[in-house]
Formats: sequence, structure tokens, C-alpha cells
Amino acid sequence: MTVVESAQPLLYQKFLPADTAVQFLDPAGRPVISSARYARPDNQRLVAMYRKMVLGRRFDEQAAALTKQGRLAVYPSARGQEACQIAAAMCLRTQDWLFPTYRDSMALAARGIDPVEILGMLAGDWHCCYDPKLHHTAPQCTPLATQLLHAAGLAHALSRRATGAAVLALCGDGATSEGDFHEALNFAAVFRAPVIFLIQNNGFAISVPLARQSVAPSLAHKGVGYGIGSEQVDGNDPVAMLGVLDEARGYVLAGNGPVIVEAHTYRISGHTNADDPSRYRTDGEVTPWLARDPIRRLEIHLRAQGLIDDAYAATLAAEAEGLARTVRAGMNGDKPVDLDDLFRHVYAEPTTQLLEQQKQARAELAGELEEDAQ
Amino acid sequence: MTVTTMAQALNSALRDALDCDDSVVVFGEDVGALGGVFRVTDGLAETFGADRCFDTPLAESGIIGFAVGMAMGGFRPVVEMQFDAFAYPAFEQILSHVAKLRNRTRGVLSAPMVIRVPFAGGIGGVEHHCDSSEAYYAHTPGLKVVTPATVADAYALLREAIDDPDPVVFLEPKRLYFSRADVELGRGAKIGQAQVVRSGTDVTVVAYGPSVEPATQAAAAAAEEGRDIELIDLRSIVPFDDETVTASVRKTGRCVVVQEAPGFAGVAAEIAARIQERCFHHLAAPVLRVVGYDVPYPAPKLERWYLPSSDRILDAVDRLQWDDDPDTRWVVGA
Repeated sequence: MTVVESAQPLLYQKFLPADTAVQFLDPAGRPVISSARYARPDNQRLVAMYRKMVLGRRFDEQAAALTKQGRLAVYPSARGQEACQIAAAMCLRTQDWLFPTYRDSMALAARGIDPVEILGMLAGDWHCCYDPKLHHTAPQCTPLATQLLHAAGLAHALSRRATGAAVLALCGDGATSEGDFHEALNFAAVFRAPVIFLIQNNGFAISVPLARQSVAPSLAHKGVGYGIGSEQVDGNDPVAMLGVLDEARGYVLAGNGPVIVEAHTYRISGHTNADDPSRYRTDGEVTPWLARDPIRRLEIHLRAQGLIDDAYAATLAAEAEGLARTVRAGMNGDKPVDLDDLFRHVYAEPTTQLLEQQKQARAELAGELEEDAQ
Repeated sequence: MTVTTMAQALNSALRDALDCDDSVVVFGEDVGALGGVFRVTDGLAETFGADRCFDTPLAESGIIGFAVGMAMGGFRPVVEMQFDAFAYPAFEQILSHVAKLRNRTRGVLSAPMVIRVPFAGGIGGVEHHCDSSEAYYAHTPGLKVVTPATVADAYALLREAIDDPDPVVFLEPKRLYFSRADVELGRGAKIGQAQVVRSGTDVTVVAYGPSVEPATQAAAAAAEEGRDIELIDLRSIVPFDDETVTASVRKTGRCVVVQEAPGFAGVAAEIAARIQERCFHHLAAPVLRVVGYDVPYPAPKLERWYLPSSDRILDAVDRLQWDDDPDTRWVVGA
């Protein structure tokens, strides 16, 4: 491999991707030693992470079920990616910003956003139903990798204003093939923007496997070409994910420039409920990943440490069911639709043309209603 | 009064905007030390520092996406695309994010910024250096599209664009960059308001940006032939000033619309359609268009036949059914 000369080799040597992914716990939940470069998050945070992962999975399951009832048009599940999702939310402080994609609903819930507001987009209520400013969380982004540039720009703005806030942007393995991915890494690097790019490499871009996206040694290695800190992590190891992202936040805020973190994980479900994974992968391929389940892995570790027990698990399970009930209740029933919404928020003030069109649309609707009444 | 070029007027507008609003930042390719390939940002980095006016990596999508993020962070970016035809890598960012951020978030977030684009032809630019891309932007709800035709308007409209709460695609006619005028620069022109630059009674000619000049020449020549042209400079393609255009055509009963861009599905086609919807009973003739041909932007030596000239505008005016004879141009076999 080519040796890359860096302006600050010492600074980002720490983040030069390791040959193998950083791991604190093996798939059986046993501590391993390759993680020595990163501090282990404290017990309290790990218990909190476990709780959020359990709640996240229940939320994800409930959302997937809502598609079957026609309450959601579609749902892209992140089942199996809970360690990435929850670590992404937990490494951030309130003042930081998160840039999620459509698959990152669990991360949004873990950030404290009302699950019903999160699902409003997929229910078809509005494009983004939560308040991005209130939660310091950008709208969930569908055009791949485009949000990474916004993250870089906002990180630069936050640093210019000396806010002490960082930005974390999520994307998947498919997005690393998009031009905006590369432009975002480069802009963030050149402006030394405090942004963490977290790639959830879940193996698939809808049906296309990683091998068709890249032949790089790892996706994390893409950071090397931009001279930025780069790391690869076992994305199903919650301790490693949180440990690395905690470190990354401090690193970017210390003015070292951006960081790219690749999380090796797996999309257990299809691309969305409308997908048919049997057309492009076998069940045999999925099975080993079920054994690498991130929640189970952390649970074994926390139980072995005496940090949680059966009573805790039972209380948490009840809490998760309560959450699912709340989501069901919140998504039950149709919210009223207002014709005038069609014309809102196009410009700060509606143009003459929009006012005209609104008037015509209202008149047409009134005509229809009158006909219906007759 | 001082003699100023359009490039200098734009430079003054940026300077004054940077001066009175700390959130304004100017960035793009070569806008720093070089002052932009057309020198519009000349001296800004020196005066305001590298934090306020800076070069970026050479990547247009990157520039616009980065500007979206900076706008979210409270800055007011004024970014330069080096040439119209080099702005296309930024298309997705402009259409999917700049234009839609306000709508997607119910107005909680927005991306107020000015995207400055050297625009259209007439400079003998080789290969991809000339294009007329206004229709792409005008077709995208959420964007405002503005183009000045005079030195004074260049200053006033750019100040308006920078102050505007919505994203503005600001199209700067390349061949007017070094046009000169003896004017006091100040506020005046408003986005969304067309300007009747010459009032007349016989025909309304609607033009914008680089086409205002040949239309002005055509109006002068027509006057010598006894035809009184009312010339409208749109200034702002979006929002479109229906009121001014409609009032004029209702008065004159005849209209020619001029644009450099290829005619098919262009801004002139939209204007002609609007006039026919709104002024049908006032029209004595069909609305005619004088536009670029439906060809890729031509090589410099062919440019003079492509660009709408005052002669082509006058020909169109002549075809406006003055004697009730059919327009033979469209007769089958003609």
C-alpha cells in the first residue's frame, strides 16, 4: 500500500484505518484487546446505550409493521444496525448537529425526536415532520450523499462562530460512490470542518453488493486520499462504535479536521418493506449476521459485568412495548389535510402566481364539494 | 456620477453587502486573490479578509452544498459559478436542496443564498463557455431567477438578491460585464418588478438580460419607421411580473418576446402562453418569439446568426398582422 504523506501525520495517525475493524467485544460478547487505542465508554453510558438500542429496535419493528397496515407508504428498516444508530446519536451533545438519511429513524428517536414526528414523512404528511432547528437534526435525506456537503458547510459555519459544536453525518456504503461524498470529504478537509462522516457499510445499496461499489481496502481508506482521520469499526459492536465516535467528536472539535468512520454492519431486512432480498441474496448469507447481533452482544457483556439483570430486562421490555403502543396510537387515524398547505413554504412570501393558483385550486375544490353534496 | 462597468457595479454591490452584513460570505473558484475570472470579486478578499471572501476546491456541487450548510448556520452565502455551462455539476444541490429546504421543513430551515452565474453568449466563448440556462432554474419552484440588463440594475438587483430571504439565481450577462454607464449606483430595481424602459403604443417587446440591448436598438429603428414599441425589461424572470406585462399587452395588442436561449420549452414560450391566457381578447396578432435556435450553443463564428438581433426583432414586429394577411411563415409548403 502506498504510504501517504500528511501535513500532520501524528495527528491523524490515530485515525489511520486499522487493518481490521476496531472491536471491544467479539460476537459472543467477550472483551477483546484490539480496542486499546480507544477509551471504553463508562458503564452508565453503556447501560443507557443498551436501553436505547432495545427501544430503537422495537420502534423499528413497529414502523415496519405499520407499512403492512397501510399507515406508512414505505419503511426502510435499520434492523441489525442498532449499534451504529444509537452510537451516532449518543456521541453528540445537544448543541451538535446530526445529518441523517432515510434509514436512520432509530438514530433520530435516540436523539429525542418524537417517533410519530419521525414517521410523518413516511406516512406522507410532510417531507420533514420534526423541527430540525429544535433538535439540531437535519431533515432525513433521500438523494444519496448530498447531505454530507451540508454537514461540511454547517460544521464550517459552527466553527467560524466558535460554537464548540460538532456535526455527524450518516451515509451508507452505496453513497460512497456518489460524487458528493468525495466533494464533502474534500471540502471538510480543506476547511478543517468539525464533522464526523459515519458510513454504515451494511453490505448493500438496495440490491447491489459492496463489491460493485468499491474495491478499496476499506471504505474508511477513502479518507486517506483526502488527508483526513479514518477508522473502521465493527459496526455491530456497540462498545466499539460508541468508543470510536466519542473519540472522533473530541478529535474534530480539537481542530484536527474531519474524520471518516466506517462501521461494518449488515442490513438484516430488505432495502424497504417493498424490497425482495431473495432476488439477490440467500438466507444463508444473513444467518451469520444474526449471530453477530449488536443488542445481544452488549447484553451479554453488561450481564457479565453485573450491570443489568433479569429485572432490568423485564422493565425495559415493558418500556419498549409501551413505546410501540404510543407509536401505534400516534399513527392511528388520519390527520386532516389542508389544501392551502400545497402552496405554503415555497418562498418566504407567496408569489402573485402562487396566490392565483391557490385561489383557483380552492375554487375547484369548493366546486367538487358542491357537486358531492348534490 | 462616475463611469462604471457592470463588473464594477457588481463588485460594489458585493462590497456594500459585505460591509453592512457580517453574515455575508463570498466564495467559489478563483474569487479570492484573482478576483474572479471576470473580476467581479476583485479586491474583496483583500478588503474583507479570507474569512469573508475565499476560494474553494474546484467542485461546483461542493460549493453549493457547502453553501446550504453555511446558510443553515446563519451565513448568507454569495457563491460564484465560474460559467453557466460549468454550473451543471451543482444541479442536484440547487434543485433538490437549495430550492426545497424551506418547503421540506415547513419554513423552519431555508437556504437564502445568491448563486451568481455568468450567463449567455455573445463573447465568442469557445466550447462550453456559453449557455443560456435560465429555463432550468425558472422551472424549479423555490428559486428566484434574476438577470440585470444595465449597470445600475446590476448593482441594485444584486443588493436585493443578497437581502432576499429566498435563494436567488443571479444571471450576469457575460457580454455586458464590461459595458459602461455613467450612473450613481444605488438601490432601485426590485426583484419581481419588470421595468418599462421605453413606453410605446403599438407593440410590446419583452426582453431580459442580454436581449434588452438588441430590443432597445429595434425599438429605436422601429420608431424611425413609425412603429412605437413599448419595451419591457423583465429584470426578474421568477417571480414573473404578470401585471406589468399584461397591462402593456392589453394596451398595445401586440407582443414579441425575446430570449437568447433555444426557443423550445423556454422562458419566452412561458411568457407567450401567459399572455395568450390573459390577453386573448386584446390581441391583434399571435405573440411571436425571437429566440435562439434549438441547437447546442454554437461556435463563435456562427454566434451572430444564433443570437437574437435587432433585425430579427424588427422582422417579428413586421409579422404582427398589421394588414390582416396571414403570417406566411407557417403556411404549409411556404
